[in-house]
Amino acid sequence: MSPDPQIELVADQGRTLTTDQSSCPLEVRGLTVSYGEKPAVFSVDARFPSASMTAIVGPNGAGKSTFLKGTLGIVPLLAGDVRFFGLPFKQVRADVAYVPQRASVDWDFPARVIDVVIMGLYREVGLFRFAGTRQSARAMDCLDRVGMQDFADRQIGQLSGGQQQRVFLARALAQDAELYLLDEPFAGVDAATEHAIVSVLKQLKADGKTVVCVHHDLSTVIAYFDRALLINMRKQAEGSVAEAFTPETLQATYGGRLAESQIDELRLGLA
Amino acid sequence: MMDLGVDFVQLSLAPIVIGTLAAIACALPGNFLLLRRQALIGDAISHVALPGIVVAFLVTGTVAAWPMMIGAAGAAVVAVALIEAIKRLGRVEPGAAMGVVFTTLFAAGVLLLEQSDTSGVHIDVEHALYGNLESLIWFDATGWRSLLDPAALAKLPPQLFRLAIVLAVIVAFIAAFWKELAISTFDPGFAETVGIRTGAVGFALVVAAAIAAVAAFDAVGSIIAIAMFVCPPATARLMTDRLGRQIAWSVLFATTSAVAGYVFAGYGPLWFGSPHAISAAGMIATVSGLQLGLACLLGPRRRRAVQAAAASLHNP
Repeated sequence: MSPDPQIELVADQGRTLTTDQSSCPLEVRGLTVSYGEKPAVFSVDARFPSASMTAIVGPNGAGKSTFLKGTLGIVPLLAGDVRFFGLPFKQVRADVAYVPQRASVDWDFPARVIDVVIMGLYREVGLFRFAGTRQSARAMDCLDRVGMQDFADRQIGQLSGGQQQRVFLARALAQDAELYLLDEPFAGVDAATEHAIVSVLKQLKADGKTVVCVHHDLSTVIAYFDRALLINMRKQAEGSVAEAFTPETLQATYGGRLAESQIDELRLGLA
Repeated sequence: MMDLGVDFVQLSLAPIVIGTLAAIACALPGNFLLLRRQALIGDAISHVALPGIVVAFLVTGTVAAWPMMIGAAGAAVVAVALIEAIKRLGRVEPGAAMGVVFTTLFAAGVLLLEQSDTSGVHIDVEHALYGNLESLIWFDATGWRSLLDPAALAKLPPQLFRLAIVLAVIVAFIAAFWKELAISTFDPGFAETVGIRTGAVGFALVVAAAIAAVAAFDAVGSIIAIAMFVCPPATARLMTDRLGRQIAWSVLFATTSAVAGYVFAGYGPLWFGSPHAISAAGMIATVSGLQLGLACLLGPRRRRAVQAAAASLHNP
């Protein structure tokens, strides 16, 4: 006896009400954001498939960070539809971790490294409650994963840029999300930090998580990522790195702002 | 000796307690305002209390405490709305928007006060600035034992009870929303994504500051409020690198300013042979400034910015 197809369908739909691993972690349609009169991001469509690692690439001021903030509702959308695992962001907050640009916060804030990581456990701790020893232990584990366990009691202002970035990554790990959105995680970090961050992100991907990074260093896109989204206010290209990250699409995205030598270098990297 | 005790309890105890409560009530939200680089908000809402009170007087015709406080609170809300409007419409930087709003409203309050017939009642600009801490006398006290006498306690200056309630409300607010205040102050973008309503948190903080400013204004004038929003938190920041400890230090510095300031104002001139006491409010604010000056020279965490820069230089 085969099961009633109608019932199967209902069950399928029911599952989509919780986080459904089979639906796309992030799908964006017609996302448009404007600061003042000039649009910063104009009608961008994009899909970020499960267990992928995507670089969002484009020149300075192309709207890469704004795109990310727009998906999360940190900046208001002029138009567009954003779905996380098929649902509005509000319903799946716990499954999405966001790492803002390191330079966007004041590192002179009076907090220790561990305090910042515990912020990632905000939803778990809950309203009117304080983090306890269990949360501290979890935060320590996350610091361990980014190689910062010895800095737990350090004031965040005393860290180097790379160390600060690793603390931010540890906070995202504490959120134990399915989708990680990172804004320039490699900006201004030392080589050791870059290596540490890449291996953590690749491990996340291997564990079936989805990673999206705003990324400025064209020379490492191929080595670190499997997908690319090229933006210069509008979407210029999207797809696997091999399809979307080509000298032609880059030329189009950067509008001739890349030197011939840079393009040649990339051509070599692609070959 | 017994006489001195009676004098102190009658004349000085209530002003010291009231000054301390006012100082702590302002210093607590001041910590977060300072870390959000909004310290001037405290200044702004303390100043606009004057026009608020004058308008409340013109409307109600009395100088009863509650209409005054409601008037001042209303003015604070108007001021915050105006600051936001000027920031957005005029694309003016926040400090300038605050400066423009509070000076204009304060000046308007002075004009209004001058034009209206308030000769029969006790509101004037001087009172608005310095308050009248020294006049908050506990007439019914007969000595330290009065602290155990319910009848005498009921006759304590009413400002004391109002400030105690306001302080309790502010402490409850900060304790209940500690995580939300801390996270949205440090990293508003992240705070938004984990579901903290950063706009609401920021507004609630300004409201808490406004309540503190209005209650302090009613009891001790705006000078103390303005100083206490900034000086104890700024001093505390130089003592520690942890938020909880910073707030504890700020409470301590608010208390020492209030107590030492009152004592210096009342008894200091006597030590120098002058028979005239000086303004307690002025002295309390001055002591808080001196504390900050000392912390700038000696505070253990005063060099942190330099350290951070050096750290990133050596280890980018």
